[in-house]
Amino acid sequence: MEKTVRETIKEIVFKHLKKKKYKAYGQCLSAVGWVGGTLPELYEKDGMVELSMADVAGGGIVVGAALAGDRPIYVIRYQGFNWFNCPIILNYACKSKEIWKIPCPIFIRGIAMEGGIGPVAGSSHHSLYHRMPGVKIASPMTPKEYKKVYQQFMKDDSVYYVSEHRGSYGNKEEIKDINKKNPDVTFFSISITRFEAIKAAKILRKEKINVNFHNILWLKPFNIKQSWIKSVNNSKISFIFDDDYRDGIASTLAHKLMSKSQKKVIPYGLKDKSAGFSKDRDNLPPSAADIMRLVKKFLKK
Amino acid sequence: MNKNQYLKKTFELAAECRYFELNVFKNVEKKIIKFPVYLSAGQEFISASLSTICKQKKVVPELFPQHRCHSIYISFGGDKKKLVNELLGKNDGCTYGMGGSASIHSKEIKMFGHDGLMGTQGPIGVGSCFVSKKPTIIFLGDASAEEDYVLASLGWASFKKLPILFIVEDNNLSILTEKKTRRHWEMHDVAKGFKMKSYNIDDNPLNFLKISDRFFKEPILVNVNTNRLFWHAGAGIDSPKTFDRYKLILKKNEKSYKKIDDQKKRMIDILWKKQLEKQ
Ligand SMILES: Cc1ncc(C[n+]2csc(CCOP(=O)(O)OP(=O)(O)O)c2C)c(N)n1
Ligand SMILES: [Mg+2]
Repeated sequence: MEKTVRETIKEIVFKHLKKKKYKAYGQCLSAVGWVGGTLPELYEKDGMVELSMADVAGGGIVVGAALAGDRPIYVIRYQGFNWFNCPIILNYACKSKEIWKIPCPIFIRGIAMEGGIGPVAGSSHHSLYHRMPGVKIASPMTPKEYKKVYQQFMKDDSVYYVSEHRGSYGNKEEIKDINKKNPDVTFFSISITRFEAIKAAKILRKEKINVNFHNILWLKPFNIKQSWIKSVNNSKISFIFDDDYRDGIASTLAHKLMSKSQKKVIPYGLKDKSAGFSKDRDNLPPSAADIMRLVKKFLKK
Repeated sequence: MNKNQYLKKTFELAAECRYFELNVFKNVEKKIIKFPVYLSAGQEFISASLSTICKQKKVVPELFPQHRCHSIYISFGGDKKKLVNELLGKNDGCTYGMGGSASIHSKEIKMFGHDGLMGTQGPIGVGSCFVSKKPTIIFLGDASAEEDYVLASLGWASFKKLPILFIVEDNNLSILTEKKTRRHWEMHDVAKGFKMKSYNIDDNPLNFLKISDRFFKEPILVNVNTNRLFWHAGAGIDSPKTFDRYKLILKKNEKSYKKIDDQKKRMIDILWKKQLEKQ
């Protein structure tokens, strides 16, 4: 039977600790549902390390662990906590190989979710990491993608920011690109937005609006495929969807795509506003309905 | 090693550090060194004493310094020529031209580089020791010790009983802001609050020797009262009245140490001259 993303992560963490003898670090790991069921029930003697509640220091301790030869997995339960967790990782671990020729590989599991959880706990914050040299960022939403990212990390000696989303944990399916010859519209889609965007693409196709759909697994490095540029050039309009604020990775990647093509790519991330807790004050990634409305507005249909 | 041998060895290392820094001073004044340097003159007996004690214990500690680190590098046996080259901005310097003065490192002596954000060496050194379990020295300034993440990592190191020696090089200054305008508490008291053994001493080498038995057996914090002879950054003197332990020890032991002082001065001057001529 196929595994879910949740089970895949749990198995990877289990092997990382028990077979490879590395460690995982984080706050409140061994309680509160084992981080959405993505952690095996292991304790410090097995390599599951409970950090104190000092978030900035915790990030620094993980950096030290990596310097000493561990390949730590660092679990950040809500991506918004990164504002406190990432400073020492970004300023030391990401630079260590370049400055001191000492690699400092860390596999950061940043976990997103949203919907009625307010301005800090909600959404992805991978853009925070994006501007620093020396980091790689991926947002796997399927079991195969997650394995691929982990395997690449194990062959590499860089810092990996893995932008997870709780909404993907139950997923067993791979998400395929749609790349046809004569698209009206092209979607590039990041993190949780992929599920709604592909849904929208399929419905729009039935309504005779041809949509090409490209999964963006790697946010950094962002290797632009020739087929993407072709797709953008053949489309009337293209969009890039993200679960982080619009003024972040989505805008940067849209700019990169536009500099290589002749058409517009519109970044569509979270709105430039803080999320409240009530339903109509929230700031959510686009639903399939939002996306369809947006497409029709641009195509004037 | 008896007490006199210890004191002599410590003085020899301190002399190397002192004359090294005086050469840096000169070359900053001449604008041959062009980026900010953090001179450690006045504080050199701290690293000189610790290095001598470690040798005696046959311990090669992992070192986590911060920006004011030339004396640490030299005392623990870092390649001095490579440090000169680094300070001259050469790519064959000890940190490949990337380290300047504040971020130098040396794999040979297990000295990790500092990123320039004061205090990060606290949690990083703790995390490293948590994995390696090797004897580790984390050097902090009296100001960087105040960083929230430093305090938090002291607590965790104590909880995990790690073999770390936290050395607070307490020169009473954060750039030019005195301790009394920043806080009304002391680091050795904070450490005690975290259930850690701690000491408050001045930088007389004998003080380190007295407490060295416990080093690397458990987490320990030593707040060392010391004096920075020169400016925070660059070549200049804040006050000519600043206490200078090196001068005092030399004066007290003129007969036995004058020769060492002369010899080390000559050696370091020649080393600098030769490296400068190569440029
Ligand atoms: C995180 C951070 N905040 C502020 C600074 C600016 N800064 C550089 S050195 C320094 C004072 C350091 O004092 P101390 O730790 O006592 O070391 P000392 O210079 O006295 O050796 C300050 C405030 C910095 N480098 N990093
Ligand atoms: Mg100071």
